[in-house]
Amino acid sequence: MRKTLGLAALAAVLACGGASAQQVNVKIGVLSDMSSLYADIGGPGSVAAAKMAIADFTKDHPDVKVELISGDHQNKPDIGSQIANQWYDVDKVDLIIDVPNSGVALAVSQVANQKNKVFIVSGAAASDITGPKCNANTIHWTYDTWMLANGTGTAIVKTGGDSWFFLTADYAFGHALERDTMAAVEKAGGKVLGKVRHPLNTNDFSSFLLQAQSSKAKVIGLANAGGDTINSIKQAAEFGIVKGGQSLAGLLVFASDVAALGLPTAQGLVLTETWYWDMNDTNRAWTKRWQQERQGKWPTMIHAGVYAGITHYLKAAVALKGNLSDGKAVVAQMKSMPTDDPLFGKGTIRPDGRKVHPAYLLEVKKPADSKYPGDFYNIRATIPADEAFRPLKEGNCPLVSG
Amino acid sequence: MFEMFGISSQALFGQLLIGLINGSFYALLSLGLAVIFGMLNIINFSHGAQYMMGAFAAYLILQYSGLGYWPALIIAPILVGITGVIVERLFLQWLYKLDHLYGLLLTFGLALIFEGVARNYFGSAGLPYTVPESLQGGRNLGFMFLPNYRAWVIGGSLVVCFGTWFVIERTRLGAYLRAATENPTLVRAFGINVPRMITLTYGFGVALAAFAGVMAAPIYNVSPQMGSELIIVVFAVVVIGGMGSILGAIITGFGLGVIEGLTKYFFPEASNTVIFVIMAIVLLVRPAGLFGRRA
Repeated sequence: MRKTLGLAALAAVLACGGASAQQVNVKIGVLSDMSSLYADIGGPGSVAAAKMAIADFTKDHPDVKVELISGDHQNKPDIGSQIANQWYDVDKVDLIIDVPNSGVALAVSQVANQKNKVFIVSGAAASDITGPKCNANTIHWTYDTWMLANGTGTAIVKTGGDSWFFLTADYAFGHALERDTMAAVEKAGGKVLGKVRHPLNTNDFSSFLLQAQSSKAKVIGLANAGGDTINSIKQAAEFGIVKGGQSLAGLLVFASDVAALGLPTAQGLVLTETWYWDMNDTNRAWTKRWQQERQGKWPTMIHAGVYAGITHYLKAAVALKGNLSDGKAVVAQMKSMPTDDPLFGKGTIRPDGRKVHPAYLLEVKKPADSKYPGDFYNIRATIPADEAFRPLKEGNCPLVSG
Repeated sequence: MFEMFGISSQALFGQLLIGLINGSFYALLSLGLAVIFGMLNIINFSHGAQYMMGAFAAYLILQYSGLGYWPALIIAPILVGITGVIVERLFLQWLYKLDHLYGLLLTFGLALIFEGVARNYFGSAGLPYTVPESLQGGRNLGFMFLPNYRAWVIGGSLVVCFGTWFVIERTRLGAYLRAATENPTLVRAFGINVPRMITLTYGFGVALAAFAGVMAAPIYNVSPQMGSELIIVVFAVVVIGGMGSILGAIITGFGLGVIEGLTKYFFPEASNTVIFVIMAIVLLVRPAGLFGRRA
């Protein structure tokens, strides 16, 4: 009897002992578009970036064990939220990251809030994620439509492009980008002459480009991304839009899009990004490692955001000693710690969930100026972190008091 | 005159012309599908993937041999047509006597395989392919600026479509083909090699899809999913035109392209769905399609 009691006591002590050990177990899920028009800007490249972040972090923290899974949301919000539900509930995932496609991201953000887990958006753009739809479980990394609108939009109006016509993808992201750019253009003194909305994943833009041509606007703003942007730009060249005196504003263009278009077609495009592989030696070294898994491809700022987001999350997990059951507490911890990673440098996460860092105005090089594969951009300007993103008070986020 | 409807005649004619251009792609692709279904009774769901393979073949031909657009227009369909022949010999010939569904499932699976392999090697953002020198630029028609390449698309597909219709409906070879579909045993008794004809017909249908793919490469993004985006609409076109009717496929293809173009002008958000709405209406009124024969 005493022996059994003694053994039971020993077992109890050993069981409790597990909680005070430093072992931190984390499960991360990369949810992205693996097979459709956004697969090159996020997709398997995000999984590669996630693996790198985990490898780099666990090298310095051997007591942290991270399990990584990935899934394909196919650009459908219902599939995205179903996967998120299953991951959070059944598969015990602590963090979901990436999710290009703002419609899916808004849906997953709701799920993370309901389940009290953590969601870091790297791929999606709609500024509503830290605006009216913000919540205490979601962090928006990398970029958003307000930054794009005020980076590219304002810069173009300042150089004389003061009348605009919008070609908009007909879903959450396109609407958000069109709304934010319209506001930025009008604030800078320009005017908007019209807009046309096209379904997501459209093949043929000739009809919409014709309407843009007849509007006689100086600038045609492309409020779309991925395959849609590539098709719009390619077909605009065909219809002689640029030769006819109008210019194209690619409001969201990635390195992979420039590679798909080729420099002869893409040259001269002005765009805003928050990370470019060729900006400094650290980025170049990171890119070389990333390309070992993704041969022949170029990393985008979304991939960099996945790497940085996971790094910061794991730092928070260690600070909380592995207690990840309360998503709001983890996010609060992430907001209280300043960020510092090799790709984005030092930065902060604001109360509304917005990660802030500098943005860069880039211009696509002429083919003659491109010295090596991947040499896509000239850096035209740097927008400091405190100007690049929407001011905290203007977002209508319920988490921000006052 | 049109001003009273709130539209300018300029814009209207421009959209009609653009609709015709898109209709050319629908016509070419639905022609291939109609030929394959009419002659072989196979619902070829891999048609979109074969269209994509035509575009990729054009890109690869340019990369590896330096041959440009015009040679690719002949070589790519032949190469992809050969893969079609291989598919038919290996897989499809066992399915003719079975329910349509088996052919659909098999070709659907093949389409997924082709797309997945292409995405694995080339990524999904797409590959660059430019309009050939001789067709660059355009002319101002007054009501719109028409790129030369798009004019070629209309002309080229009209020629190919009506050439195919002529061969099938008006020549002896076409007569053999149509007879072999109706009564293969009797036709074989006359000494005609029916299995070979069927194989070559499938190869020809696939080559038509690849031809459309090469024509699409300079203007649409050459990506692995370019076919799957188009194929659903093309199926709707074929169903409206009447499965198995060659002329129905051609006329419906051009007609629906025009209707879609007008929808893009008046109500762009619905441009994705208007063809399916029409398909639903046509099926209610004439289940065999506009030009179809009742089975």
